Amino acid sequence: MSDRCYLATRKGLFTVDRRVSKWSISRATFIGDNVTLVMHDSRNGNLFAALNHGHFGIKVHRSTNGGETWDEITAPQYPPMPEGYVPKPLPFFNKPLDWALKLIWGLAPGGADQPGLIWCGTMPGGLFKSENNGASWELNRPLWDHPKREEWGPNGAEWPGIHSICVDPRDSRHVSIGVSTGGVWITKDAGKSWTQTGGGMRAEYYPAEQQGDPNVQDVHCLVQCAANPEVFWVQHHNGIFRSTDGARSWTEIKDVKPSVFGFPVAVHPHDPNTAWFVPSTKDEKRCPTDGRVVVNRTRDGGKTFETLRQGLPQEYAYDLVYRHGLDVDESGNRLVFGSTTGSVWISENGGDSWQTVSSNLPPVYAVRFVKP
Amino acid sequence: MATIRFTRNIQRHVECPVREVSGATLGEVLDAYFRDNERARGYVLDEQGKIRQHMVVFIDGELVRDRDGLSDPVESKSIIDVIQALSGGNE
Repeated sequence: MSDRCYLATRKGLFTVDRRVSKWSISRATFIGDNVTLVMHDSRNGNLFAALNHGHFGIKVHRSTNGGETWDEITAPQYPPMPEGYVPKPLPFFNKPLDWALKLIWGLAPGGADQPGLIWCGTMPGGLFKSENNGASWELNRPLWDHPKREEWGPNGAEWPGIHSICVDPRDSRHVSIGVSTGGVWITKDAGKSWTQTGGGMRAEYYPAEQQGDPNVQDVHCLVQCAANPEVFWVQHHNGIFRSTDGARSWTEIKDVKPSVFGFPVAVHPHDPNTAWFVPSTKDEKRCPTDGRVVVNRTRDGGKTFETLRQGLPQEYAYDLVYRHGLDVDESGNRLVFGSTTGSVWISENGGDSWQTVSSNLPPVYAVRFVKP
Repeated sequence: MATIRFTRNIQRHVECPVREVSGATLGEVLDAYFRDNERARGYVLDEQGKIRQHMVVFIDGELVRDRDGLSDPVESKSIIDVIQALSGGNE
C-alpha cells in the first residue's frame, strides 16, 4: 500500500506521508508558485511538477531524489505553423488557435517496456511525447494534424485540452486519451494513427441532433482498470459513462444521487466494477449538494452507488474537486482527494471513512499517490 | 549598443543581468541577449517568438507596438525594459 502522496496546489507542491496511521505534510516545495500537476513515475522514481507562472509561462521541473531537489527541464513546445496554413477558428470563440503551450493538463508514464517514455497532454490540444524522461518533447503530429482536432472546443478554459492518458497495461502502444472538449481517442500503434470513439455518450449542452457527436463530448476524466483494461469509466460534463469494450462504446449511468456532475473518477485497480466519484450539485452550481462533501462509490459496475460521508464535513462545505484531485493507490484501499478550498482527505478503507490531512492548503489541483 | 534590463521577479527563476547588446530591432536585441541565456528566452517569449501575453516590453519608456513580430526599432543608446504586466497573476 502507498504511504506517500503529493499535492499540486495553487501555491506549491506538498508531500504527505503516513506515520503510523496518521497522514501529515512532510515537505512544501515551490511555495508561492502555481503547481498545476504532479506525476510520479514508478519505473524510476522520477517526479515531475508542472508550473504555470502566469507571466513567465508554463515550466516543467523534475526531481530524481523523491522531491528533495528539483531541476527545471524543457517544457513541451508547439512547432511553428506551416507556411500558408490558416487555422480554423475555435468553436464558440470564432478566433484562431494559438500554437503555444497554455497548460500542462495530463502527464502519464509510458509502459514498463518503454523506459523514459512520458506522455503529456496540454492545452490548446496537443499531445506530446518524451522518450528521454522529459529532456525533450515532440508533438504527436498524427493527432494534431487530424482534421477533427481542429473542431475540438473549449471547456471552462478558452482552449481545448487533453487531460487523461491511459496506457494499456497489456500493450504500451495502445493509449486512450480523454479530451475536453473532444471525446475519447485511441491509438494502437503508439500514436501513429488515432481513432475517435465515444458512441453512447451524450452531450446535453448541444442541440438535440448533435448530442451524440463523439467530438463534442466533454470528458472531464477518463480512467482504465488495470486488472481489466477493457473497462473504462468517464466522468463527463453531464453524466457518468462506462465502457466494457475497451472504450469503443459507452453506457450512461443514470439516476445517481446526489448528482451525476463532477470532475474526477477513480477506478479500483483490481476490480473494474468499483469506482469512486466526488459529486457536485450540477454544472451551474459547482459545489457539494446541501453543503455536504461526499464520495460516491459503486461496487457493481454502476448499478448502485453508496454515498460515503464518514469523516467528511456535512454542513456549510463548498469544496469542489478537480479532475486530478482524486487518486486511489495500487491496493485499491487508500484514496486521497483535495479541494478548491484547500481541504485534503485520505481514506484507508476504500472510502468507508476519511481522515482530514489539512483544511488550510491552497486550492488543490492534483493529488497523486506514489505507487510501486 | 542598447541596454536591456529585466524585472527583478524573473531573477528568482532565471538570472537575467543587465547587459548591453547590439541590434536594430527589438527582435535582434532580444535574440542577441537570449543566445547566451536560452532558458530566459522561454520566460519572456512564447515558442512562436511572440512576447508572452502577460509580459510587457518598453523601449525608452514607450510600450512596444509589435508584440508578435518584435519589429520595433531600437537606437544605439536605447534602454529596453522587460517587465511583467499587472495582468497575469491569475487571482
